[in-house]
Amino acid sequence: MTGTVWRPSAAQAALESRARQLAYVRGFFADRSVLEVETPILGRHSVTDLNLDSVQADVSAQGVSGGWLQTSPEYHMKRLLAAGSGPIFQVSRVFRDGERGRRHNPEFSMLEWYRPGFDDQSLMSEVGDLVCGWLGCERPRQLTYREALLAYAHLDPFDVSDHQLRRRCEEWLDPIQLADMSRDACLDMIMSFVVEPDLGRDFPVFLTAYPASQAALARTSECEGIRVAHRFELYVDGLELCNGYWELTDPEEQRRRFEADNVLRKRAGKPVMAIDEPFLAAIGSGLPDCAGVALGLDRLLMVKMGTQDIADVLGFPFERA
Amino acid sequence: MASYSTNEFRSGLKVLLDGDPCIILENEFVKPGKGQAFNRVKLRNLNSNRVWERTFKSGESLEAADVIDLDMEYLYTDGEFWHFMLTDGSFEQHAADAKAVGDTTKWLKEQDVYTVTLYNGAPLSVTPPNFVELEVVDTDPGMKGDTAQGGSKPATLTTGAVVNVPLFITIGEVLKVDTRTGDYVSRVKSS
Repeated sequence: MTGTVWRPSAAQAALESRARQLAYVRGFFADRSVLEVETPILGRHSVTDLNLDSVQADVSAQGVSGGWLQTSPEYHMKRLLAAGSGPIFQVSRVFRDGERGRRHNPEFSMLEWYRPGFDDQSLMSEVGDLVCGWLGCERPRQLTYREALLAYAHLDPFDVSDHQLRRRCEEWLDPIQLADMSRDACLDMIMSFVVEPDLGRDFPVFLTAYPASQAALARTSECEGIRVAHRFELYVDGLELCNGYWELTDPEEQRRRFEADNVLRKRAGKPVMAIDEPFLAAIGSGLPDCAGVALGLDRLLMVKMGTQDIADVLGFPFERA
Repeated sequence: MASYSTNEFRSGLKVLLDGDPCIILENEFVKPGKGQAFNRVKLRNLNSNRVWERTFKSGESLEAADVIDLDMEYLYTDGEFWHFMLTDGSFEQHAADAKAVGDTTKWLKEQDVYTVTLYNGAPLSVTPPNFVELEVVDTDPGMKGDTAQGGSKPATLTTGAVVNVPLFITIGEVLKVDTRTGDYVSRVKSS
């Protein structure tokens, strides 16, 4: 290992395919007059999400210090949208502490884009164009979060009791480990252990209509008497490729969600994140009605190359970097 | 004792689980983009040799097990214990019981070096090198002219191990044997 550790873990063919993929993406958006932008990777704020751990940077210049490597370029891109950028896309490196596995690397390539005037349905259609145009796959079909859990795990996420959910998770965890697991964490577990591995096997699948508690930055609405989030994820061959929202534009609701996140972070013993006030000010000044999506380019390349290991498409995964 | 959090899990790590020393064989990280992360871990219980599958929430931790692999020379057995000595010049000796030595007894040759795994300072297991060289003490008479044939016969080695060997092997010859499979590899030129 020590003798070859300087070498890239990806084959030359994967590096060449990566370059073609990047050219394809840029061509796709040029054809649709979506402007390519660059926003900071190093920001003074980062996200409040309970399950995203930002990498802290220790930067000091001109009396300003601190900083975080961004987990996604979302907040800066929404500030551009609020300033009147029109449709924009970005290819950037993003960072998430602790994430390393066959599908994860703490640094990865994200394609993120925003479409003023689009809703989740029209953006899903565009994601389908981009992904199918590159992979040559069948058009994605839609499955609601509820339908997926009913079909694969035989439980209704909106009806199952907390007690039943915990009992279900005892397949993998001791009651002691489960004691502090939230309802959403239990659902995450069933989703990733039972549902995901089979999702998108025969044809790509958009998972839609997430529980409102998992809305993140998506707007919510009533659907058949249940409050759901206008959030979607695309799965191909059991691999989660993207996460998109019909974006929340209400600054007060946004602030409430940040504060609620921080309560959960504190309870979990994680650092409380300072709220990104310039971002909230931008939303307050008027984020245009829009939909946005973040798509993992390394994973898209994994599907293209037919590999199960992200190291096969990365020049240098973290342990070699 | 130190402990390891899920971020530090990797194959080869030795940890305590349910009071038993275990070695991590596989560590799979599972996480929905915005959701809770889990580590699905395969461990071998070093006491029972059983493989366990366990799931941990990201952020959980396990106590480190005081398990260390050391090179030791095999000295002798008194029938109850097998005695080994560190090869680092300290002459420090350790006595392994039958459970620790296990199947390795059939590959033990005095003065050869083995990997002895200590748990809390006491031998937990003894691992032979992948290849050992042992003399044949008993086998049917050699059959010259059969060298090209595929036939085989059992041969008993000095340690009592019985391996299948080609028909041309005779008593007194030294053989190279793969301890992982128990297969004959080749004859060793006597020096």
